[in-house]
Amino acid sequence: MQSFTNLTAVAMPLVRANIDTDAIIPSREMKGVSKTGLKDGLFAGWRYTQIGGREPTPGFPLNDPSYDGCAILLGGENFGCGSSREHAAWALAEYGFRAIIAPSFNPIFFGNCVRNGIVPVIADLAFIEAAAKAVSQAPQTHRMTVDLEAMTVTSPDNAKAGFALEPEAREMLLHGLDGIDLTLRLRDKIDASVDADRLARPWIYL
Amino acid sequence: MAKTLFEKIWDRHLVQRLDATSDLILVDRVFLHERTGSVALRSLKQAGRAVAAPRQVFCTMDHVVDTFPGRGDKTTMPTGMNFITATREAALEAGLTLFDLGDERQGIVHVISPEQGIVLPGATVVCPDSHTCTQGALGALAWGIGSTEAEHALATRTLRVARPKTMRINIRGRLDEGVTAKDLALHILATLSSSGARGHAVEYAGEAVRALPVEARLTLCNMATELSAFTALIAPDDTTFEYLQGRPYAPKGDMWDQALAEWRDLSSDAEAVFDVEHHIDAGEVAPMITWGTSPQQGVGINGRVPLFEEVAGRDSREAYDRALKYMDLTPGAELADVAIDAAFIGSCTNSRISDLRRAAAILKGRKVAPGVTAICVPGSTAVKQAAEAEGLDQVFKAAGFEWRESGCSMCFFAGGESFGPKSRVVTSTNRNFESRQGPETRSHLASPETVAASAVAGRLADHRRLLS
Repeated sequence: MQSFTNLTAVAMPLVRANIDTDAIIPSREMKGVSKTGLKDGLFAGWRYTQIGGREPTPGFPLNDPSYDGCAILLGGENFGCGSSREHAAWALAEYGFRAIIAPSFNPIFFGNCVRNGIVPVIADLAFIEAAAKAVSQAPQTHRMTVDLEAMTVTSPDNAKAGFALEPEAREMLLHGLDGIDLTLRLRDKIDASVDADRLARPWIYL
Repeated sequence: MAKTLFEKIWDRHLVQRLDATSDLILVDRVFLHERTGSVALRSLKQAGRAVAAPRQVFCTMDHVVDTFPGRGDKTTMPTGMNFITATREAALEAGLTLFDLGDERQGIVHVISPEQGIVLPGATVVCPDSHTCTQGALGALAWGIGSTEAEHALATRTLRVARPKTMRINIRGRLDEGVTAKDLALHILATLSSSGARGHAVEYAGEAVRALPVEARLTLCNMATELSAFTALIAPDDTTFEYLQGRPYAPKGDMWDQALAEWRDLSSDAEAVFDVEHHIDAGEVAPMITWGTSPQQGVGINGRVPLFEEVAGRDSREAYDRALKYMDLTPGAELADVAIDAAFIGSCTNSRISDLRRAAAILKGRKVAPGVTAICVPGSTAVKQAAEAEGLDQVFKAAGFEWRESGCSMCFFAGGESFGPKSRVVTSTNRNFESRQGPETRSHLASPETVAASAVAGRLADHRRLLS
């Protein structure tokens, strides 16, 4: 997994409440048994004029060249709600998003971001709306910064906000760690727990 | 020290504290379905990792399979067959238990796991599916995860999890006649909001919950993910134990007695302290219907579309306007006057035999209104067979409902079958998001009774009027 320390990039505002994972990547766009091949399906329902088509909807920010190269997404409340599909995080990462700033996230989506190198930043809606306004005036030059070491986010008008992240999630993102590798270092401890549990609750072990 | 039910199960599964907020937790059961499980199994194999405890891993086909009679591997969803064959190959190769198409045990994961006795009180159960919280109804700690976490659970028998806070929602009194667990779930969502339980493991408790049979408890816990909860659970009791005894994967003989002795201790201690407690009066719950595009946007079936001022603390102006525009409704409109195009009974929320019985009681001797498409999709092959043995299929068909094979079907739009643009559906499912049941489809969430009564009326309807 790609590590993340800090990033200054073009930010794309999509400040709507309850953007669900099917809006992020519609099920019909998840065509293969694969974690890749998803970026063209990102926000497909809003981004294209026809279901399954590729004609861009005018005005949707992903179709606006002024947001080219965007890597930060400004979202609304309850971002990533709905289906647990990790394809939502895969599609965002494949498109190039490395950070999402929203007032609140769905918990499963939040975890999926962390496991795919995307920093989920929780910030006040007022801060996000102000940042979105500043960004939209000149997206290519009015950039935002997410600093995972300092745990701060800075908007184009230099408003700065701190954010919180659990230590485990922060470490994984900072160092691009693979959870399975980390856990397998504790294999002896796991085996001992399973052995003891097998005696205490034999009905669990089929 | 006094503990909550959640804490008892969590501590029992604690391998090691990782830091101040995260723990390494033993996973007792992993369930996979073809939609997200196929990717997890393939990715695990590509990484050269093996499934550590294959006998504790189960797979089903529910998400992209067709539900038309005579279905096979081919799907209406383009490329859907790839998910089915990939899951089958990977499951067989890894030695997992697969409930394949044609198997009498096949069905929606959260319907068949309790049905087969795979989820057990006090167990930890994970599945790459957001509605895994359903299974907490048996007193298990069951939660939805992503595919990468599923790989982690498969490879290590554990998960690294941030410890959630605890919440208890006490339901005082009893639900009125004709008011169901689904209505209670929608009432709780309308009361606490779709972020009302964010970061919390929710224990449902109180007289009304104790009085619910297991299948209704499954419905109640099912929609905890819509509250943004980590999961929900209900302390197991004699109702739970009677439900489980004799199920295929439940313990037998001496092992049953041993398990039961442990399960009887699975309740929150009297002095246990929850981070948050809520109280809901069961008597205030009416049959519910949603008017918007978030499950929190619900009112009583005889209510009106709220004015913005009435929901201003909950919905932003933008979200409210957007929802009404999408749903083609006006502020203050009577919901019971709204004409429908389709009615759907199914999903991990409401597709069990008791759901079908209650809907059939309303449909018996009645016809679906002209022009309304009506579909019933049993939650499992076993539910379908049980319904057919009772003649429920004949009731549904005589009323004008299609009678399908089991699966998730049109609870969500996989890319194949849908209700059609702008069509208005009354549905026993769990999500009314934009385009959830098909591009531009408008969904109204309700109980199976309300769906059945509305199908007959051709408009959103209070089922209690049909019965009286």
